[in-house]
Amino acid sequence: MIVLEKRPQPSRAWSLATPLVAVLATMVFGGLLFAVLGKNPVEAIRIIFYDPLFGEFAFYYRPQLLVKGAPLVLIAIGLSLGFKAGIWNIGAEGQYIIGAITGAGVGLAFYPLEAWYIFPLMVIGGALGGWAWAMIPALLKVRFGTNEILVSLMLVYVAEQLLASMSLGLLKNPDGFGFPGSRNLNDYASANSWISQDAGMHWGVVAAMIAVIFSYILLNRHMLGFHIRLTGEAPRAAKFAGVNPGRLILFCLGASGALAGLAGLFEVAGPTGQISIDFNVGYGFTAIIVAFLGRLHPVGILLAGALMALTYIGGEIAQSQMGLPAAAIQVFQGMLLFFLLAFDILTNYRVRLNTRKVA
Amino acid sequence: MDISAINPVLLVASLMVAATPILLAAIGELVVERAGVLNLGVEGMMIIGAISGFAIAVETGSPLLGFIASAIGGAMLSLLFVFLTQVVLANQVASGLALTLFGLGLSALMGQRYVGVRPPQTAHLDIPFLSDMPVLGPILFSHDPILYLSIAIVASIWAVLKYTRAGLILRAVGENHDAAHALGYKVVRIRIMAIMFGGACAGLGGAYISLVRVPQWTEGMTAGVGWIALALVVFASWKPWRVLLGAYLFGGVTVVQLNLQAAGVAIPVEYLAMSPYLITIIVLVILSKDKSSAPASLGRIFHASH
Amino acid sequence: MTTPLLSLQGLTKAYPGVIANNNVSFDIGEGEVHALLGENGAGKSTLVKMIYGLVKPDSGQMLLRGQPFAPAEPRAARTDGVAMVFQHFSLFDALNVAENIALGMETPPPMRDLAAKIREVSEAYGLPLDPYRTVGDLSAGERQRVEIIRCLLQDPKLLIMDEPTSVLTPQEVEILFQTLQKLRAEGTSILYISHKLEEIRTLCDHATVLRLGENVGECTPADTTASEMAELMVGSSLKVPERAGKELGDVALDISGLSVPSPSAFGTALKNVHLSVRKGEVLGIGGVAGNGQDELLAVLSGETLTEADAVKLDGQPVGRLGPTQRRKLGLLSAPEERLGHAAAPDMSLTENAMLTGSVREGLETGGFLKWGEAEAFAEKIIKEFDVRTPGPDNAARSLSGGNLQKFVVGREVLQRPGVLVINQPTWGVDASAAASIRQAILDLAAGGAAVVCISQDLDELMEISDRFAALNEGRLSTPRDASGLTVEEIGLMMGGAHGMEVAHV
Repeated sequence: MIVLEKRPQPSRAWSLATPLVAVLATMVFGGLLFAVLGKNPVEAIRIIFYDPLFGEFAFYYRPQLLVKGAPLVLIAIGLSLGFKAGIWNIGAEGQYIIGAITGAGVGLAFYPLEAWYIFPLMVIGGALGGWAWAMIPALLKVRFGTNEILVSLMLVYVAEQLLASMSLGLLKNPDGFGFPGSRNLNDYASANSWISQDAGMHWGVVAAMIAVIFSYILLNRHMLGFHIRLTGEAPRAAKFAGVNPGRLILFCLGASGALAGLAGLFEVAGPTGQISIDFNVGYGFTAIIVAFLGRLHPVGILLAGALMALTYIGGEIAQSQMGLPAAAIQVFQGMLLFFLLAFDILTNYRVRLNTRKVA
Repeated sequence: MDISAINPVLLVASLMVAATPILLAAIGELVVERAGVLNLGVEGMMIIGAISGFAIAVETGSPLLGFIASAIGGAMLSLLFVFLTQVVLANQVASGLALTLFGLGLSALMGQRYVGVRPPQTAHLDIPFLSDMPVLGPILFSHDPILYLSIAIVASIWAVLKYTRAGLILRAVGENHDAAHALGYKVVRIRIMAIMFGGACAGLGGAYISLVRVPQWTEGMTAGVGWIALALVVFASWKPWRVLLGAYLFGGVTVVQLNLQAAGVAIPVEYLAMSPYLITIIVLVILSKDKSSAPASLGRIFHASH
Repeated sequence: MTTPLLSLQGLTKAYPGVIANNNVSFDIGEGEVHALLGENGAGKSTLVKMIYGLVKPDSGQMLLRGQPFAPAEPRAARTDGVAMVFQHFSLFDALNVAENIALGMETPPPMRDLAAKIREVSEAYGLPLDPYRTVGDLSAGERQRVEIIRCLLQDPKLLIMDEPTSVLTPQEVEILFQTLQKLRAEGTSILYISHKLEEIRTLCDHATVLRLGENVGECTPADTTASEMAELMVGSSLKVPERAGKELGDVALDISGLSVPSPSAFGTALKNVHLSVRKGEVLGIGGVAGNGQDELLAVLSGETLTEADAVKLDGQPVGRLGPTQRRKLGLLSAPEERLGHAAAPDMSLTENAMLTGSVREGLETGGFLKWGEAEAFAEKIIKEFDVRTPGPDNAARSLSGGNLQKFVVGREVLQRPGVLVINQPTWGVDASAAASIRQAILDLAAGGAAVVCISQDLDELMEISDRFAALNEGRLSTPRDASGLTVEEIGLMMGGAHGMEVAHV
């Protein structure tokens, strides 16, 4: 019989190893899935994980890594702060949408004026939009004790409807011949987040790097970060240490909302270019996987974001080259989170074979 | 705009149909939470139920077999949650999210061949005389069997929880798992059964969307109903009849906004469409002051040490 | 010779890193009250869990009336006539008395019959109970009654009681003992677990002493002095803490007219509490668990805010200040619950030193943390309070209860508090560690600090307090000088029999 035995303290080695083990297990089981779908598993895994980095057309795919990875890392860094403290913002997708709407809205309000200050104002607008959207569950939780998981999630659906309304109404391109969607910000120099489109560099990539560094310092060197970790580990001890739970909720949800809003703004002002009904593609949800896969650690999240970006790009290649369905990649990503949670037990428990004699 | 075009009798009948998926999912989750487990994977289990029920119904031509398959599908997916939370003791919030993300992906994969297909129609009750009665006929006696089943499930869950020993043990496990363990009850086994029951109910609810309410298959068609069901359990203070009441209220909101859309009210469609979600939030706020009836062990990890 | 009711033969149970029971053997006779005596961590709990089927022995066997007895689960033990009253009650707060009792029975009768039976049995044994009350609203003594009635309804041959008096006032202990004597007279055997020697001398026919998992001796309590038993239990004679004669200074902490509503559904409201403590003084606060101890500590630590004037430190109102600001002013505290309240289980000792030490030890500047200095502080605590651990990098939960308690107390004491509030300083701590913690508290007071010590251990309070008061349902009795107080008087301050009905046995 297998028994679980709690370790006296979490194993650091396993805490580093579980994400790798989870990735390997996902490759094996993902490969099985691809085989069931009638695709060559080895080829599929190679196309997903190897080709985008080192294949023939890697020069084209590598910049894509930055484009896909930046929003994931940016959102996941924000989510990790809350998750560490036991505050569950599940609605990053909604904050991402609202950030894009408010940020783009600020830019479009200036159209066709060209000025250096437009883009910084858009950045502020995007961050504020995401922040405000996240403050709804935050304030309701602090004031009424309302469950933030459900409220933040409900607001995703509300945000999606708002997005539809915006792309069909207020922000619709007046010169768009009646097609839904806003003006393309890529054609508006002052409202553009690209630094170098060929290299995949836009300001979102820079922001993601800054977020990683700030979050690292916050969590390891600052009292606020210590209080965040403390609240997640032992809420009563945190209160005893002098943490104001309400303020912490406002900070964690606000920060993750602002970062998700920023991610939305950089996306709409660069890679996507315009507000449209199908603007959002689930980065806000995938970022949850990224945050866990990175073990809620800033550097881990950076690596996990890169890996997840790889599966997006590799998945698209596999889709076009092998006819692998898009949903298979979604399953693949879900599996990753599943295995990560499953193997996580090794960090806190020792698995032993029970050699007890039957009395 | 023509509000008078809305027929109140049809409105009530259709709100019952609109409410049934939420009701099924919520009553299942109620049992799970009464056992002390928070499964946030309802949405994932629903959508898996929706596609497995749809696929089997299309392949066999039998909606009944479809519904059975949906319950099995939901329960199978819930086994993943069982493994994560009851065997390897993972965090229940994260595991529930994993279940939802995984379920959404898997359902999309399973459903590729079924987009745009029409399912066999689920037969409605047709009792001579009773079903033909004005007003009462369409409201009470002309629905499909699953709708009646959902009400029967609510009634039996209520009776089991209130009057039977099995219900008492389930409540005890959710209230204080350490004490239940000390008395010799199999906490994990009881929870596994509760989680699988919740999965089966969510699966049924999902299939009700794809086979009766819509009826067709589209990706992500549950559109947050699973999450509303979770909110409903809180709304109902973990009481079965209040789940029924809540589900019909939400069903009412949904149907009214759809009717208003059809009647061409001057409010933009998007704002009408977001109303069920906004109302869910408002109701959550109103009811979140009273947490006293929540099972005390809800969401806590149980590990029988020593 | 008659066959004993239960015979334990060479029971051994090992957990990783610790042998909980090593080759333990003894017999419990029919109709005997048998004491199982030992310090915390001596292996008493593991032993009774084996008898009750919660834990399986690694080796050894048990005989019940001569027949092999190896219960696979509590249900089997109950079927064979073994019942147990737990130290930490295994009750369900949200359920009523009858439902709780039904859960502990194999084939309970219908609720209405069961309720009648509960009334009948509880009256018969002098422990009246209303079957329809919600358990969460009962006092600790009444909750214990629920457990006892639950056991008695099954006509047990052996009743195991784990530290039953730790939650009772002296008067309630009296009632309990009458019940147990009645049971003995009816032929029920009782295995009575305790570390309170006087109780065992009053009640028990025979005693087995456990130390570090081994049976180190048996005795007849009536013929053995308390100090002889204590020596068997501890292994050496203990030194009683020394108290220096001292001058009391000005009032350091003053609470007047403090009322706080209950923080949770089954918590306790504080009602019109008055107290003042002077520099150099130890105020002992007794009372049965659940009468407002946690709430009082929260009010003093700053976790619960009150009106500014309700709590005064050195004459200055601090009721609206949070924990950090109070620490800055010298008001420190150590809560009862070590893991999860006083310390974060999965965090290292260094991080736990940071938890309360950041302000007074200067472990941060402008919000940025100085981990090097926090580690030095943790090492200082470990060294000065003899905390047994490989080093400050270890997680708090890896420490034994006694060592973690020394760390928690040391962390506050070393920050030179003006006022220290401490709840259950030696709960679950072995005797030598308890003695050193008490000594540290007395030394602190001798150095001019004011100490409020909340405890359920009356012996401890009498040992260290200058003045004594008791909490009863959120009310604090008027503090009195500790010297010269009789057990009777203390019991009455604690609420007598707690307003519980006593039926005549």
